[in-house]
Amino acid sequence: MFGFGILTCLVFLPLVGAAFILTLRGEDEATCSNARWAALVTTIVDFLLSVYVYAKLDPNSSAFQFVEEKHWFGGGLVYKMGVDGMSMPFVVLTTFLMPIAIAASWKSIHVRVKEYMIAFLALETLMTGVFCSLDLVLFYLFFEGGLIPMFLIIGIWGGPRRVYASFKFFLYTLLGSLLMLVAIMAMYGYAGTTDISVLLKTTFPASMQKWLWIAFFASFAVKIPMWPFHTWLPDAHVEAPTAGSVILAGVLLKMGGYGFLRFSLPMFPDASAYFAPLIYALSVIAIIYTSLVALVQVDVKKLIAYSSVAHMGFVTIGLFSLTQQGIQGAIFQMISHGLVSAALFLCVGVIYDRMHTREIAAYGGLVERMPLYAVAFMLFTLANIGLPGTSGFIGEFLTLIGAFRVNSWVVALAATGSILSAAYALYLYRRIIFGALEKPSLKAILDLSPREIAVLAPLFVLTIYYGLQPGPILDATATSVAQLIRSNGEMRTAALVTPARFESMRE
Amino acid sequence: MYQIIVVLPLLGFLIAGIFGRFLGPRPSEVITTSLLFIAMLLSWFSFGAFIAGSAGPEVDFVTTWLNSGALHVDWALRVDSLTVVMLFVVTTVSAFVHLYSIGYMHEDDSRPRFFAYLSFFTFAMLMLVTADNLVQLFFGWEGVGLASYLLIGFWYKRPAANAAAIKAFIVNRVGDFGFTLGIFLVFLLTNSVAFDQIFAAAPGLAGKTIHVFGFDMDAMTITCLLLFMGAMGKSAQFLLHTWLPDAMEGPTPVSALIHAATMVTAGVFMVARLSPLFEQAPAALAFVTIIGATTAFFAATVALVQNDIKRVIAYSTCSQLGYMFVALGVGAYSIGIFHLFTHAFFKALLFLGAGSVIHAMHHEQDMREMGGLAKRIPVTFAMMLVGTLALTGFPMTAGNFSKDAIIEASFAAHRPAAVYAFLLITLAASLTSFYSWRLIFLTFFGKPKWQRAERERGRAAPAAHPADEHATGSIDAWREPGMAAEGQVRHAAHHDAHHIDPQESPQVMLIPLYVLAFGALTAGFLFSQLFVGEGAVEFFKASIFYAPTNHIMASLEETPVLVHFLPSLMMLVGFLVALYVYILAPGTAERWARALPGLYRFLLNKWYFDELYDYLFVRPAFWLGNLFWKGGDQNTIDRFGPDGVAARVIDVTQRVVRLQSGYLYHYAFAMLVGVAALITYYIVWGLR
Repeated sequence: MFGFGILTCLVFLPLVGAAFILTLRGEDEATCSNARWAALVTTIVDFLLSVYVYAKLDPNSSAFQFVEEKHWFGGGLVYKMGVDGMSMPFVVLTTFLMPIAIAASWKSIHVRVKEYMIAFLALETLMTGVFCSLDLVLFYLFFEGGLIPMFLIIGIWGGPRRVYASFKFFLYTLLGSLLMLVAIMAMYGYAGTTDISVLLKTTFPASMQKWLWIAFFASFAVKIPMWPFHTWLPDAHVEAPTAGSVILAGVLLKMGGYGFLRFSLPMFPDASAYFAPLIYALSVIAIIYTSLVALVQVDVKKLIAYSSVAHMGFVTIGLFSLTQQGIQGAIFQMISHGLVSAALFLCVGVIYDRMHTREIAAYGGLVERMPLYAVAFMLFTLANIGLPGTSGFIGEFLTLIGAFRVNSWVVALAATGSILSAAYALYLYRRIIFGALEKPSLKAILDLSPREIAVLAPLFVLTIYYGLQPGPILDATATSVAQLIRSNGEMRTAALVTPARFESMRE
Repeated sequence: MYQIIVVLPLLGFLIAGIFGRFLGPRPSEVITTSLLFIAMLLSWFSFGAFIAGSAGPEVDFVTTWLNSGALHVDWALRVDSLTVVMLFVVTTVSAFVHLYSIGYMHEDDSRPRFFAYLSFFTFAMLMLVTADNLVQLFFGWEGVGLASYLLIGFWYKRPAANAAAIKAFIVNRVGDFGFTLGIFLVFLLTNSVAFDQIFAAAPGLAGKTIHVFGFDMDAMTITCLLLFMGAMGKSAQFLLHTWLPDAMEGPTPVSALIHAATMVTAGVFMVARLSPLFEQAPAALAFVTIIGATTAFFAATVALVQNDIKRVIAYSTCSQLGYMFVALGVGAYSIGIFHLFTHAFFKALLFLGAGSVIHAMHHEQDMREMGGLAKRIPVTFAMMLVGTLALTGFPMTAGNFSKDAIIEASFAAHRPAAVYAFLLITLAASLTSFYSWRLIFLTFFGKPKWQRAERERGRAAPAAHPADEHATGSIDAWREPGMAAEGQVRHAAHHDAHHIDPQESPQVMLIPLYVLAFGALTAGFLFSQLFVGEGAVEFFKASIFYAPTNHIMASLEETPVLVHFLPSLMMLVGFLVALYVYILAPGTAERWARALPGLYRFLLNKWYFDELYDYLFVRPAFWLGNLFWKGGDQNTIDRFGPDGVAARVIDVTQRVVRLQSGYLYHYAFAMLVGVAALITYYIVWGLR
């Protein structure tokens, strides 16, 4: 296609839309409207393109597909793109959430609309780039580049404490990433290449693996985020505009999980096994700790942000269990969380747009005036607490059933998260939706508008659909995950002690 | 055909749920109720076919749910004798509860929503009983939990209803925590979650040891104990029972359908369904027996002193579920299912009857405000009387067959803990009789207190239930401060608007009572051949597994005559005491309560479980949450992490700024110091 591969088109198409918006002149309503439409059309086309790629992807092959390779900077660096079953779901998730984010900002953003849309389109390019790049330097560029638009989105269109939040977000994530950059250089020094597909087959010495692992961990643990590197997330969410939260929770957090999946597990198998107990411990703490913190929040967005941290705990447990169910469950959990948490933030956005407060106590009895909203919010709440029949269940169930084989204690502790999540989520729902509608300010609140219905409906349908038929995602990832586990086992040096595997039964 | 039975309620739910607002209440009611009646007739037909032997067990594969590595989960309908009994019970009670609700809920504005929920519940329950694997079972399991949550909180404006709904869901989640771990363990042991594969693998696992949770444990025992934890939550067994009485905040038809006849029996069904596993774990079965017997006794003692008519029946349900678990625990699975079967009729009857009383009393539920209703609502009275006779086990009624069989089984069994169970449930039989007759006497006999109550209500309404209020004040943390009291006042004000003049309920509410009363009288007599004795083995075939050492059905025949008559004797004792206390010598109850204030308060406050759990779990959870948030995130991680670093950077910068004084001799002095330091370094370390 135009001399580029289809992935390049997919990744850089949003920039074309951004360039078009740049040509618009003026600040009047018509220009803003054009910018909105341009962004929406671009993201929808990009989404359709990604669906096309997804359909063309051969799920039975674990090799990278649609690979394109070009030399860069006089051959010093390589521009290499490609996807496999593990990365493609994330690409589609990103392109799927983008039109929703644009549509969600339709009415709530009034200032600097053009710049806002450009920031989002640039963000889309950078995010899809992360999931498509097959070269470490390229990956790093996209990975770090994503910080800039997000920093601007929070810092310019955010709430009252936006500057504090955006700096906290930026510094936290940047600090982690710098260590990763050092590690990338070290890897280049050892292997002589930054090509991911080559590095996947390279065996690093066990001692080196540990340092590399820690450096990558510093970056991904902040991004996903794991306890105790999570405190930037609630602040960033609270201050970000609704669409910013949607993308932050829906996609940016998944980059951390994707990083573990793409680099830490396959490239540093010994170190991953060595550090797995650390990951388990941090994940379990995250699940219990942040669930309890979520219980006492007074701010809706903060509550959901903390619940995100808890849900990511399941992801890391699943990933490092190194079992088929665990890893597939972790990927599924990430996709599902991308849908559900995005939807929850959209739900918060709906009432925020009307009342301009995120304080839980300012609401109550909304079901009276907003029955449709109550239904949508109920479904996403249920998905958040992992009710079977919603997509939230599949991820939690698979990660835990996989990890149980490896460490039963971890799973038992993590499973208490399902009790706590029910507590904070239903308690939140009860305070916002149920009760008598007594506050005078809420008497005239309106139910979902057609635009809001259009924004939430796809998420509503997919949450149920993937809960009943998770096949499309699970089948796409099955072969790649199986390959990952196989190569991880083969590359594990015999010198290292095997992890605390489940002992086989004895008489 | 089985697919149609399951899908019809789902269809009703979707129609009433999505289009209910446009259709209006009446069409929603008619559609959901008629669909349920069709499902009921089909279930009756299936049940008949199974009894006649013209239909056998089958598994209808619908579609795949999920595949991941060795884990395969299908959507499939497994129909065997056990399922078909449950289909019969669920659809029958559900259909008549739908019908009854048309009358009971006629003043409510959100009837489409109510009927949608009822139908959704029925669908989830049918998915549960037709499950072919543990995960699908869990789907139905959580589905009925959701329906229960929604229906308990149906009157969402009432803080108490919301608190009860959340409590029900969370307590059930505690049980489900064990259930999911049990599923994980089953998958670990057998590499499957499908019933056929698990059951085939179970005998080979007997006596195997497994290293799990840091200990070496008997594989089947720990698995079954974890699975049973789920049953304890769903069936409100001792320790996880606290949600059931509070669940009475829901509309009364809901209590009849979900919290008496069907959902709460899901735990019983689950244990019976998994009998091939439990039979390999005698220790787990002993635990089931102990929990069941303890619940049966505990709940009966609490029921003795409750004043809310629905709470008495709720505790009675709790107690009867305990009986069922005793039957399962001693290996008499079919007898447990038999009691589930008969109990569904008479307990639904009692609840719907109580609903009729409440309807007549304009939503008054305190029995101390009733009395003398027998003349005003004679049909309801007669039906309640039938229910009471069946519950207490009056000869030839349904309860007589099933409950007595349980007591006999616990006597005949040679399993551990059977003696304990026998003693407790025999004692509980007399308690059951006492509280059941107490309910009848307080409600229908004596002086009508509602006339007096009506006069006094204006003055003393909120103060009228001090003890009761305390007893219901469960998880206060869930409530907005002050809301509970406010609700009480509004509740009382609502009464003032009505003139209480108890009237008989309309036919649409009475017809379900007739049908259930018919069941309560005859279900034991008609069907006991299918559930008790050698006939049971023949009827249930492979759907219930008996270990080769389990001869409970045969040894039932050899129980002494005394044991056979013991339950009836206990029933008589309970009846006579209640008769004396409430009819022959009124005032005795108050005298006893005064004589033993400690015991009375202990029972009235339900052994203080709510207070204990509030103290042990709810408050610490909120306290810890605040500690982690304020102390952990803000004062530790942020203070020493990002904020700390930022502050240090600013400190350092400021000092650096101060260094730039602009005076030449400052810089010269600094350079001198630096040079001196470098020279010293090289002299001491550099020149070696």
